[in-house]
Amino acid sequence: MTAMAFAFYLFAASVVVGGLFTVISRNPVHSVLWLILSFISAAGLFVLLGAEFVAMLLVIVYVGAVAVLFLFVVMMLDVDFAELKAEMARYMPLALLIGLILLMQFGIAYGAWEVSGGAEAARVAPTPLDIQNTTALGLLLYDKYFLLFQLAGLILLVAMIGAIVLSLRHRTDVKRQNVLHQMWRDPAKAMELKDVKPGQGL
Amino acid sequence: MAEFFATPFGTVVIIFAQCLAMLGFVMVSLLFLVYGDRKVWAAVQIRRGPNVVGAFGLLQSVADALKYVVKEIVIPAGADKTVFLLAPLVSFVLAVIAWSVIPMSEGWALSDINVAVLYIFAVSSLEVYGVIMGGWASNSKYPFLGSLRSAAQMISYEVSLGLIIIGVIISTGSLNFGDIVWAQDTKYGFFGWYWLPHFPMVFLFFISCLAETNRPPFDLPEAESELVAGYQVEYSATAFLLFMAGEYIAIFLMCALTSLLFFGGWLSPIPGLPDGVLWMIGKMAFFFFMFAMIKAITPRYRYDQLMRIGWKVFLPLSLAWVVIIAFLAKFEVLGAFWARFTMGG
Repeated sequence: MTAMAFAFYLFAASVVVGGLFTVISRNPVHSVLWLILSFISAAGLFVLLGAEFVAMLLVIVYVGAVAVLFLFVVMMLDVDFAELKAEMARYMPLALLIGLILLMQFGIAYGAWEVSGGAEAARVAPTPLDIQNTTALGLLLYDKYFLLFQLAGLILLVAMIGAIVLSLRHRTDVKRQNVLHQMWRDPAKAMELKDVKPGQGL
Repeated sequence: MAEFFATPFGTVVIIFAQCLAMLGFVMVSLLFLVYGDRKVWAAVQIRRGPNVVGAFGLLQSVADALKYVVKEIVIPAGADKTVFLLAPLVSFVLAVIAWSVIPMSEGWALSDINVAVLYIFAVSSLEVYGVIMGGWASNSKYPFLGSLRSAAQMISYEVSLGLIIIGVIISTGSLNFGDIVWAQDTKYGFFGWYWLPHFPMVFLFFISCLAETNRPPFDLPEAESELVAGYQVEYSATAFLLFMAGEYIAIFLMCALTSLLFFGGWLSPIPGLPDGVLWMIGKMAFFFFMFAMIKAITPRYRYDQLMRIGWKVFLPLSLAWVVIIAFLAKFEVLGAFWARFTMGG
């Protein structure tokens, strides 16, 4: 077994194990930690494929940002684990049925799948070898598909603004800090030194 | 001997030896960084600082490390044992593995990858997990509050840190540290480095580094006057040592990053003098001195002030700078001043 094959099986196994324990672990925080293991192993698989840029993005975006927010929310939830497990047992037959149907569909699709010769030829790397992955991605996103890329960003922005508008409440009963006011405060006017005579007081 | 190193086993031996050398450098410098930090701090407060163990107290950190190792690890009864012990490991290991792409001199990196800057960024975005896991697993109020503070703070400042680095990447046209340093190699020496073309961002980068590594004046996650010691409250002995070591290694990494991105890495400031690893180490030591001085002379920020600076000041400024630098580099204003990709990467 070569080093590449060993690394592949290592990462692939830890993706699957991570996914499995995400579902079956009792504590939601442990679930998120297993999910993170799964993400990182998937990034390792991308590195093995030679897509190092995508791998790094996966770690930065999913593990570094999205999963942190997951963890944040899950840590602060007060969940009754026993009740949660009872619910899970009630819906188990339905879940098993859906799983079985999905498995059979995969079986059918995989059994009937034939790769045509043309598809095999089209899988040759479309970018010239002297361009790095990152450069090639940049040229595609910012030159060829510039408009689509910008539109995708715009859609995300609209979604974000929508979420903010829906959840924003202006509260008047909280104390707010006026930072500029605090910064412009003159130390000479903030404090007054008094010369107190002994035995007299002010 | 040469044919042995060409075999797969020999390659593994070489890689292992290189990793050990890097780890050795990081750990030895860690001992003296902690000592230096305390000495600078003491000097500012007109004290002597550590001066008993070894000449001038140089071996104080060794004694401290030994003390931590031989003490007993206390695990709180209500703690989540696995996560509790995993957290310091995560924090230490992530701080160490980031060093694998840092070049100390030309080609002196364990792995000279194309996306080195992104790799550093990915690893430093993972570092928050050590803190969150530690705070949560302790199952106690102060650690939990500290870890929540830390998570919010590190995520906030990562955004502006990333945007500032994007400016450097646009100037260079490459994500590789070697290319970034070579793009700063001009005939003007010190004045050819990126700190001049990216002048306002150098300060923002340095301040963001302070916040990202939970250093004073942004050490709110472990603010001892409010939270005892933040996420580290329940930790003792080796587990605490790993947390502290991870923190200092991350700080030293930020020093390395500042010198590579903005101060020419291993390049000599005076044209004509030879470049080399000594310049790099000197620059890193200087930036660590700045970290230590800032710890000694600044009061702690209030938490809302910290968040305000991150989101309302640094983020808009660095975002605007990305657009400005893209314009200046694209149209090659002042020739190769901002657009270095024509010469380096």
